[in-house]
Amino acid sequence: MLNNWIFVGIFISIAAVFPLLPIVLARLVAPRKPNTIKLETYECGMETVGDTWVQFKVQYYIYALVFLVFDIETAFLFPWAVAFDALPLFAVLEGVLFILILVGGLLYAWRKGALEWS
Amino acid sequence: MTVEQAVFFFTSFLILFSAFMMVTRQNLVHAALYLIVALFGVAVVFVLLDAGFLAVVQVLVYIGAIAILMIFAVMLTRGDVAREQEPVNAGFGWALMLAALFCFGLIILIGQWPAVNSQAAVLSADTNTVLDLGTALVSPDGYVIPFEVASVLLLAALIGALVVARPQKKNSGSVK
Amino acid sequence: MSFINDPITFLAAWITQFLSGFLPEVWVTFLVTLLGVIITASFGLVIVIFLIWLERKIAARFQDRLGPNRAGPYGLLQTFADMIKLITKEDVIPEKADKLTFNIAPILSVVAVLLIWAVVPFAPGWIGTDLNVGVLYIAAVGSFGILSILMAGWSSNNKYALLGAFRAVAQLISYEVPMLITLMVPVLLARDMGLMAIVDSQSLWYIALAPISAIIFMVSSIAEVGRTPFDLIEAESEIVAGYHTEYTGMKFGMFFAAEFLHAFTIGVLFSIFFLGGWRGPGAEQYRLLGVVYLMLKGLLGYFIVMWVRSTLPRIRIDHMLAFNWKFLTPISLALLIMTAILDKIFSATALRFPALLAGNVLVFVLGWLALRWASRRQTKERRVFKKRPVARPA
Repeated sequence: MLNNWIFVGIFISIAAVFPLLPIVLARLVAPRKPNTIKLETYECGMETVGDTWVQFKVQYYIYALVFLVFDIETAFLFPWAVAFDALPLFAVLEGVLFILILVGGLLYAWRKGALEWS
Repeated sequence: MTVEQAVFFFTSFLILFSAFMMVTRQNLVHAALYLIVALFGVAVVFVLLDAGFLAVVQVLVYIGAIAILMIFAVMLTRGDVAREQEPVNAGFGWALMLAALFCFGLIILIGQWPAVNSQAAVLSADTNTVLDLGTALVSPDGYVIPFEVASVLLLAALIGALVVARPQKKNSGSVK
Repeated sequence: MSFINDPITFLAAWITQFLSGFLPEVWVTFLVTLLGVIITASFGLVIVIFLIWLERKIAARFQDRLGPNRAGPYGLLQTFADMIKLITKEDVIPEKADKLTFNIAPILSVVAVLLIWAVVPFAPGWIGTDLNVGVLYIAAVGSFGILSILMAGWSSNNKYALLGAFRAVAQLISYEVPMLITLMVPVLLARDMGLMAIVDSQSLWYIALAPISAIIFMVSSIAEVGRTPFDLIEAESEIVAGYHTEYTGMKFGMFFAAEFLHAFTIGVLFSIFFLGGWRGPGAEQYRLLGVVYLMLKGLLGYFIVMWVRSTLPRIRIDHMLAFNWKFLTPISLALLIMTAILDKIFSATALRFPALLAGNVLVFVLGWLALRWASRRQTKERRVFKKRPVARPA
């Protein structure tokens, strides 16, 4: 089983090198003439005022949170799906119960307006 | 030294290095990125232990969800304030002593475990770990109660987090 | 196993034998694996060149024009011309940008897409590596792509890039939920997470057993790539800024290439999970035919993506997220529950196909009715508005 993962390890290294080659080539070939205007931050041609910060919008956090809960749910459900043949119907219903409990969570979030992009 | 050992040593060094960098960076987003490297190292350790499923779940859940959550939290709240933080404060000495105590205590405790020097049992080539995990998770004499309790726990976490983080309803004008 | 039937296995055995003559075993495995990796990764990258040309031609035909036809016959060398142009552009890094993160982000974006090709089964027996957790591996690798967007947006030191990156990440993580849930349906039907096993067990293509899941997988994959109608990510590039505003030259080229490769990859994944992968007449005997079938089905998926792109307008972000959380997620969960219960009852019987099909139709009808009820309720809310007097000049 480890041999499979060695392939992935080598793949990561090679796959990291492949996009590096054109970028390095570009670094060799392309002109480099930095001047102050080019190095400024782009803001549709106007000057930036103040530091870079973003208005705190809690909605991003809530979406990430709900995604986290469903991510963990699917991580639990994948072994259940793989072991399907070895499970009696009762065990399948247990998995369905697991899903339904989290559907309840989704409904709660829905009703409380947590899924609105206001 | 086998290939496995070499990979393990390299990965351990990577994890320790990025964990150290994570706690000493002043820029919080850099710290979060070093955390991601450390979590990826843990996933590699899972692979070395023949737990491929746990490795991908580690990347999927920790790096794909929790790290992103943390980065959101950092980027949305701290902004540039993080750049002026002091890395150590007055309680540094006590914290260092406590951490060293805990670390050495843990090492001694694990060293006294009888199986610490034995080889891990080699799985036969046709054990399907995911299948065994799935059967164990929902079999009545397996882990079915913790399985269902886990879902209730996730539900409680979701509801709790939403109660805390929910946008406050404005009083002027009705927001449907 | 002759050369015609199974070229790659034959060549691999021949090379292994040749190298074992003068190298220790570990090195032989390493070199053969390295060769396999280079072939698979190069395949992915070389195909991007063809894909960009194909995309421009087909998008042009949808818009009743010709597309590139100057550079080379039928414009085939257009991509090379674009690459040369991008290589010779100056690489501008904004002043206060975070150098390391800024440079890593495009590379991570390409790596995330290329890693998917390590588990794609090209033909029976030809696969980069048959991980027993292939499906979750694909999802995990996708999360690296999401990280690269966050890194790109933040390191540009540009508040619009950061905002664009946040919205892009919100979209991507939202649509990952129905994608994961609908990915569980083929895993359930095949009882295995490895992609080779999923294709092997598709004597009846899964699109017949789970059509609605296939559609939801396609929709959420299109949203994952960031194509119209979900291309808020790109739109922000045109209008205000996007997460890759500050990128010039080849780094932008890497983001660009990663997006096209990702679009084709989801076409290939769709064909693996729902259209039977390399399955086709004669594929078991002549392995090369399996590759041909997979590529054809992948191109069909890619064509569907481009077709949808040329047809539908862009969706606003609140509509998009509401569509995901309030429609796609409940429907995909309902489909999963229905598939699980019905498959347990009817599996290994002849009734499997009609039962699952009936279940899918039932969920589809229920979803349709739910949508109609919801839209009627919304119309009722809209009609509550009182008519206001029209402004007239005094």
